[in-house]
Amino acid sequence: MTTFLKFLNLALVIASGVGSFALAADTNFGPTLASPKSVEARPDAEGFIQRWILLEPIGVNGLTDSAVQKEVKMEYFANQFSIVPQDGETVSIGGANHIWHAVDTTEYNVNLYHFARSLGKPTSNVLFWGVTVVNCPEEMPGVRLAIGSNAASVWWVNGREAVGIYGDRQTVIDDGVSKRITLKKGPNIIRCAVVNGGGAADFCARFLDADDKPIRAFTVSAGNADK
Amino acid sequence: MAVLLLVPQAFALDGRVQIHDPSTVIQCDNKYYVYGTGLPCLTSDDGWNWRQGTSPGEGRGGGLAPDVIHIGDRYFFYYATGAAQPKAEVRLLSNKTLESDSPDYKWEDGGIVASSDGFEDCNAIDPGVFLDPTDDRLWLTYGSYFGYIRLVELDPKTGKRLHPGHAPYNIAINCEASDMIYHDGWYYLLADHGSCCQGANSGYNIRVGRARKVTGPFLDNMGIDMIQGGGKLFAGSGGRVVGLGHFGLINLGDGVQFFSCHYEADLDRGGASVLDIRPLLWKDGWPVAGENFKAGTYQIESARTGTALELAVEGVPVGGGGRGRRGGGGGFMGGGFGGPGRTNRPARGSGGGGMFAGRGGVIPPQDASQVSTNWPDGNIEVRLANYMDQAQQKWTISAVTNAGGYLGSPYFKITVAETDRTLAATDDGELITHPAFAGDAKQIWCIEQLTDGTWRVMPKSSTGADKSGNGLALSAIGSSSATLEKFNPESDRQRWVFNSP
Repeated sequence: MTTFLKFLNLALVIASGVGSFALAADTNFGPTLASPKSVEARPDAEGFIQRWILLEPIGVNGLTDSAVQKEVKMEYFANQFSIVPQDGETVSIGGANHIWHAVDTTEYNVNLYHFARSLGKPTSNVLFWGVTVVNCPEEMPGVRLAIGSNAASVWWVNGREAVGIYGDRQTVIDDGVSKRITLKKGPNIIRCAVVNGGGAADFCARFLDADDKPIRAFTVSAGNADK
Repeated sequence: MAVLLLVPQAFALDGRVQIHDPSTVIQCDNKYYVYGTGLPCLTSDDGWNWRQGTSPGEGRGGGLAPDVIHIGDRYFFYYATGAAQPKAEVRLLSNKTLESDSPDYKWEDGGIVASSDGFEDCNAIDPGVFLDPTDDRLWLTYGSYFGYIRLVELDPKTGKRLHPGHAPYNIAINCEASDMIYHDGWYYLLADHGSCCQGANSGYNIRVGRARKVTGPFLDNMGIDMIQGGGKLFAGSGGRVVGLGHFGLINLGDGVQFFSCHYEADLDRGGASVLDIRPLLWKDGWPVAGENFKAGTYQIESARTGTALELAVEGVPVGGGGRGRRGGGGGFMGGGFGGPGRTNRPARGSGGGGMFAGRGGVIPPQDASQVSTNWPDGNIEVRLANYMDQAQQKWTISAVTNAGGYLGSPYFKITVAETDRTLAATDDGELITHPAFAGDAKQIWCIEQLTDGTWRVMPKSSTGADKSGNGLALSAIGSSSATLEKFNPESDRQRWVFNSP
């Protein structure tokens, strides 16, 4: 079913004539995103987390602090702040099905515009949910989640809100940085909600140590690739 | 708990600060010491509030314009005697400690290290001692308006003269109160020009030249040798203080330097000669006299990111709102669910219409009374944001009495302008604002100017008793996030600019 839907979306994009990306059969999400081919990944050389599972966009409206907080705190689907979705799972929001897609990005950032557009979904006035799992070999105290996003975004680590940035903005590395937090040994769930107004949409995320150096000593899993 | 009051005006230091011809300010056992003509001692626990200390001149009939340096386990103390100037002598005392209550406190006479015979072109007063950081050789400059400023080498082990048979170097002329420092490959000779000792009519000012060798030639910014009267102005009179002289370096390391001096007359203290301590800056290879922080209302801009420290509340656009958003809304490149966006671009060149025409009239500055009704009542976070004329970015910084201080300044509180909401450190090294100021050390701040002219901001609770400056400092850890982190002099993270709104 999932595969069929992806193929259908791809076919629709190509058939619409607006697709400018050379979409290969195994790169359904644009030039920088692809379905994961391994069970686990590592952050890149600068610590950026490149594996995420993303939900197809939800329509919202507003980028101010209060608007975004209201948008991200609204319950769209069950277990919204605890679920670790699987690739291809579907949730129903307002009577419409939205599919979770596991992706690897080849860049430091995750291009949500490519993601949505490749699926034939809206890119403006939308909310993207993203989840990943950071697997730590040992407890890591005093680290910070450092994120950037276009546009506003709110982030949670193991269920606790860690950082939020608001307003119409472009993605800047380490734009919003959390207070010092502790990553526990084993899996840690990182969750984000990115709200876009119009135009490009993307985000980036990494963890920094007490000296503001990127942390790479963990693995990342999302969407149970190759399950 | 002591009642903390706002200081309406910041003076040059607090407490007993009357002194003339001060030595370099020096630390011993976590106290600061400075000595002047007549060999009085002033001492301070924090560099802000001063009191009378124990004079090393007792039984010695006083002395002139001393200088002091700490090398190894000894303090070398140089002072001049000269009842019949220009016949004069520079003499040495040494001690293991400057703390008069210590059992080790005992001045030892080291004899004469330099002199003038009353006929030669030199008046051997105003010693300035300098340890060359490049080779640990110790030097003494001395002299006054009578002839040359001279340089002789000293033994860093004993403080006494090396090679007494060698003729001194002549390095400047017709100045006094000389002192030497080293910075980034240059030796700098600082010395006073102008008239001394005439109260509010004194013309004292500090001039500087620089050389690649410790022996000179010391040229000013126009290439004029100080031995021909050259000297770039470093600092002089200004405001309510007249006649600035007797430079002394206080180097805290990590890009934090101060200098000590006296004003011949502080008009707010009845024209008395007083001590001051000010930031030392560097610009284009020359030392520049900085100013201690002045109370006022500011926007606090990160030198790292250019974003401004703000209360983490939703800003209200000045003048009532924006013009829409770049990047498109519904229907722009891919479509959307609808909503605001740049879907109706205004016509250009209409000469007064459209969304770029403004709203007419003067838009007044925004203050907290206009927008704070929507702010939460309890603690509120802080963050960095695009620099705006908005109330949550305006901070009133006020000196606090009975809270002590640091070199040159009292501690300050930092509140959102027109409110009592106070910036504070948290126990875990983060930032928060409290609804009101209560005088807690986490709500009191040290604001020091760095050598590049930017500022370092540290909570009193983390400045440390050793005055090392190794505590936590306000830090921009991202374009939109601020925290407290250990100060790193190599980074812009902890450098801040204070701008008037």
